[in-house]
Order: sequence, then C-alpha cells, then structure tokens
Amino acid sequence: MNSFWIILFHTYWTKVKTKSFIITTIITLLLILGLTNIQSIFEMFDDEDGADKIAVIDKTNELYQSVAAMSESIQEGMELEHYVDGESQAKKKVEDDSYQGLLILDYDNENLPQASYYSMDITDSATATSVETIVQAVKSQLAAAQLNLSGEQLEKLNEPVPFEHFALEKNAKTEEELNQARGLVYVLLFLIYFAVILYANMIAMEVATEKSSRVMEILISSVSPIKHMFAKILGIGLVSITQLAILLVAGYFSVTNNDNMSTLDGFLGFSGIPAATIVYAVVFFVLGYFLYATLAAFLGSLVSRIEDVQQMITPMTLMVVAGFMIAMFGLNNPDTTFITITSYIPFFTPMLMFMRAGMLSLPVWEPILGMGVLAASIIILAVFGGRVYKGGVLMYGKSNSFKDIKKALQLTKKE
Amino acid sequence: MALEIKNVTKRFGSFVAVDNVSLSIPENEMFGFLGGNGAGKTTTFRMLLGILDISEGEITWNGQGINYSTSPEIGYLPEERGLYPKLKVKDQLVYLARLRGMDKKEALTELKYWLERFKIPDYLEKKVEELSKGNQQKIQFISAVLHKPKLLILDEPFSGLDPVNVEQLKSAVIDLKNSGTTIVFSSHRMEHVEEMCENLCIMHKGKPVVHGGLKEIKRSFGKKNVTIHADFDLTYLIKFPGVVKLKQTTEGAALQIEGEEIAENILKDIVGRGFIRKFALEEPTLNDIFIEKVGASLE
Repeated sequence: MNSFWIILFHTYWTKVKTKSFIITTIITLLLILGLTNIQSIFEMFDDEDGADKIAVIDKTNELYQSVAAMSESIQEGMELEHYVDGESQAKKKVEDDSYQGLLILDYDNENLPQASYYSMDITDSATATSVETIVQAVKSQLAAAQLNLSGEQLEKLNEPVPFEHFALEKNAKTEEELNQARGLVYVLLFLIYFAVILYANMIAMEVATEKSSRVMEILISSVSPIKHMFAKILGIGLVSITQLAILLVAGYFSVTNNDNMSTLDGFLGFSGIPAATIVYAVVFFVLGYFLYATLAAFLGSLVSRIEDVQQMITPMTLMVVAGFMIAMFGLNNPDTTFITITSYIPFFTPMLMFMRAGMLSLPVWEPILGMGVLAASIIILAVFGGRVYKGGVLMYGKSNSFKDIKKALQLTKKE
Repeated sequence: MALEIKNVTKRFGSFVAVDNVSLSIPENEMFGFLGGNGAGKTTTFRMLLGILDISEGEITWNGQGINYSTSPEIGYLPEERGLYPKLKVKDQLVYLARLRGMDKKEALTELKYWLERFKIPDYLEKKVEELSKGNQQKIQFISAVLHKPKLLILDEPFSGLDPVNVEQLKSAVIDLKNSGTTIVFSSHRMEHVEEMCENLCIMHKGKPVVHGGLKEIKRSFGKKNVTIHADFDLTYLIKFPGVVKLKQTTEGAALQIEGEEIAENILKDIVGRGFIRKFALEEPTLNDIFIEKVGASLE
C-alpha cells in the first residue's frame, strides 16, 4: 500500500480508537438526544410530580363552570379543581405542594371576571400565562354576551389580519422560505464553526505531538513531509466525517421521530431543504476544513512543545470566531455590502459565502467564485505551508513566534 | 558500489554547517562518525536521509541519488529518540516498518524476532510510555532495523544504556554488519568506535579533520602513550624531553610522548630509581587523537 494511505488510515484508526474520541462522541450524542427530546423529558418528570392541579375558589359561584369548560377546550394538560374550604386553607395547600397554584375568580365593577393567581413563586410563568389565557377567553365571551354580540361577530373581532410580505425580486425567497433557510443556515454555520475549530485543533495537536515526541524525524525520513502533512489532514478529515455522520444521523432520527419537535422541525426546515443549500453546505464545509486544516498543520509544525500549540493557533481560532460572528450578524442582514465583501476573504468565505448562498438568491457565479477563491487559497497555503512544515518539523527549541516561519522556510532552502 | 559523499556542503543562510565533505563508505562496512557537539554530524545524516536538501555536492547510494524511493533501503536511529508514547509497541513499529515499504505480516514476524533477541517479548502489547528509557531505546533501535535496511544510520546508538544493554545492542549491530548491512554510526564514546569500526572520520566545525582507517590514523598520529606503574614519584618526567603530557594515576603515571624512541629514553632513565611494576608502550587511543584534533574537551 502506498505510504500516503498507510499514514492516512493509521491516523484515522488511532484517532477513532482513542478513549477521548469515543467519550466525546457519546457525550455529544447524549446531548443531542437530550436536547431534541427535551420536552418529553420535562413531561416525564412532571407526570411523576402530580402537583399540577390548580385549586379554584369561585367567589361568584358562576364562573367556575365556564372557566373549567374553557380550560377543557383550550389547555388539555391543565387540571382545575373547585375548592370550597376557604382561601387561607387553599393557600396552605399550595405551600405544601398539594396544588400547583390557587386561582381566585371574582367579578369586577362591570360584572366582568377578574382573577388572582397564587403560586409558590413567580418563576412558573408558563402556568400563570395559560391560566390567564383561559380567564381572558372567558372574559371575552362574557363581554360579548353583555354587548349582545353573536359568536360570529366575536370571531370576526378575534380574527387576525391577513398580512403577507412579498419580495419583488424574481428569485427572492419567500418569507417562509427565508425563515426556513435562516434556521438551517444557522445550524450549518454552527456545524462548520465547531468542526473547523475542533478538527483544526486536532490536526495541530497531532502534528505537535509527533514533533514533540520526536517521532517526526523518523516519519519524514521515510516519507516526504508534504505527503505526510496531507495524509494527516485527510486522515483527520475522515475522523471528522465519521463523528459528524454519527451525530447527524442520530440527530435527524431523533428529531423526525419526535412529535414534540414539529415546531423545531419547521424552524429547521427539514421538510423542505433546497438541495442547493445542502450541496453548498457540503462544499463549503469541505473547503473550509481544508483551508483551516492546512493552516493548522503548518502552525502545529512550528511548535516544539504541545503546551505551545494553543498559543500558536490562537490567531487562527480568532479568525474562525470572527467569521462566525460576522455570519451571525449577517443572518439578519445578508444583503449588506460589508457581508458581500467579506464573503470573498478566504478565511471567511466558508461561512459567509455559504450563509449568503443559503439566504439570498445569488447568481450561480458568486458561490462558484467563492469556491474558486477558497481553492486557490488552499493551494497557495498548501505549497507555502508544506515548505514551512518541512523545515518546521526539524526545528526545536523555544518556538512560539511567527519569526519561526521565516526560519523554517530557510531550513528547506538549498542555500 | 557504496555510499558516496562527494564535495557536500550545507549552508543555513550564512552559516556553513557542513563544509565540502567527501567520504566514501564501501558496502558492508561499519563506519564511525565522530565529532563534538555541533560538528555537523546530524546535519550530514539528515542529508544522507534526504530530509535536508544539499547546498552543493552529491550523495549517492549504490550510484543512485538518495530520495524517498530509496527509503526502504535505509534505516535510521535518530539522536533524539522518538516514538509515539501512547501507542503500543506492536502498532507503531509495524506502522513505521510499513512506511518503509515492509509488508505488515513480515514486519510482525520480524518484530517478534527482535523482541525475543532483546529478551523483551512481553513488550509487544505495551505502550511505549510504560517502558523504561533503556527499553524504549531498544524499541527505537528495532524501529531502525526492522525493515532490514541495507544502509543503517545510527546517531549515538549507545547513549543512555547500561553496560549490559550496550553489549546486547553492540552484538546486534555487529551481526547486522556481518549479514551485509552497511552501517554508519556516530558516537561520543570513542571506545565504541575503536572497537567496532575499521574506518572513521572525525568532524570538526563541518569539516572532516581526520579520515581513514583506524590503524593508519593511529600510526600517522605519531604520538604514543606510555603507562608506568611504579612505587616512586614520576612527576618529574613532565620535564623530560619528548613528553607531551603527564597524568598521575593511583599506581603511577600515564604519559603521552612524541615518538617511540622517547619511550626508550624514559625507560633508561627510570630504571634504578625504584621498583617498576609495569612499563608499557601503547598506541594512542582515539580519545587522544580526538582531543588533539578537535581541541575541545568532551563532556
């Protein structure tokens, strides 16, 4: 087998077999499953609790029936109980957790319902809001009755105004599409951001480890440093694909199999992802990975001690963070000149050009030009980085400044 | 057919690390490479391995230039030992051997042979970081020879080993040489070179200051050593004509003299001064030659 593939698979297998890799994958997996099922998890705990009954004291002796009926028709999960043993007794029961809260119904001056709600603290605003909604609905009904409005008239009052936002540009995305795209782009941006930081870090670490353990000299006496560098980058690339594939597949099934997630599903737009967006995501992810991985590999080759790795790659990490911040800002204003210009700066292109391609209706040449810019930068960085790498891996001593790049380049020269 | 180094110069910017070195190392020979720190040994080795580009000149192995296609024929034990600390001995040695073109299965068989030979067969499944430094060094040595190289480059192979392990490693090196491997090795320890190499080269500031066969080098050095064990004080001999150096020892003195005839004069002089238990005229040691030529004290 070619030594390139030997290095690639060696890198891949040793990394995939490490405890840290397995543990991080499992923890992230649990996190994803937990987050996507968070509603069910909450409900699971709530069911055991049993204390979501609300005591209702009806001072009017009339309202309870309509409130209970309304509650039935709107909020299925809530359980109301007519309480007759007096207010102070009821409050005590709330305090000792027999009831979640106490609702006191009364009439105001105009003979319309008014209500007070008592609970242990005000943090549980969700229940209070639900209760308020119910009472509000009852009040509307009664008020309508007082004004002799028919149910039909009431409905007319409550009906929301039909409001639609149209874009004049021919290919512009509809509001709905844009929201969907925003959710999806948001998630993918996060993915690119984390992956670049995580795996570029991994590569810099790998290279620095080989260098600091001095096994590098044996390696590069067997295979050329350039070959070694790219085998390493691709090997870690495979690791990243493995990890992301596991997480994405798990996340996808967890979301689609979960009824509670229908809202999030709509937000992420799983149902109607435009194929182009996915293609752009993959292409920009891969190109972004290679760009930062090459940079990380040659930065990693400059340090002699693993402790110095973080310091060395901090500027790179900051660049990724900056790109991410701009992209986040751009999600709401994707069409500004600033975003357009920065999306052609190679280190920002993977995130910004993808964001623009996902959010706007760009002419095809724009993302393709972005890819071209990226590909060219990767080639330049690879040629330059390869030379730095070749010298860098032979350099020892205190090395944590960018002057070392010059020194490393000199080492590879013939003179 | 051999390893030929022709007028090789290596410059790092304005610094000349190796200055116009020409050496010829015949096949199946053990060649000693000596030099103080910073003499250019490691730089020369790195050029031999193709890790560093040569500024001027040419290095050929069996008539071919050395590059990555010849790497399966070359084994290298670097001065700074380096292995993956977290990897099992088996995994990393097989990996390194495969990088030098060896088949996986064959590498494993060969590895077992070597572990057996160094009496450490149970290290196969151990991580390198769990091993003692001496044993790590053995593993490192195995990594250099596992793929059966025809040219073996050993940079300080015996440093940091106890005498028993030095003997083990030495006999392994000698066996390799007898089975046809060409070996170039560098050392600070003159006695190892003296014991094992027929030809050698002493580097100083990038230039070979001494080069040739061990015997000729010693002969042409001229100066000889005289060891005297006697009961009386010998320090007055320092003023004796022809004596270069005198070092007092517990049993007498060790002298360096300018030529054989001086020994005769000394013997005549000391006879009758007291009881002489030993008087010996010896060839200069490599150490003497090294100190003289390099002029720097060794650590």
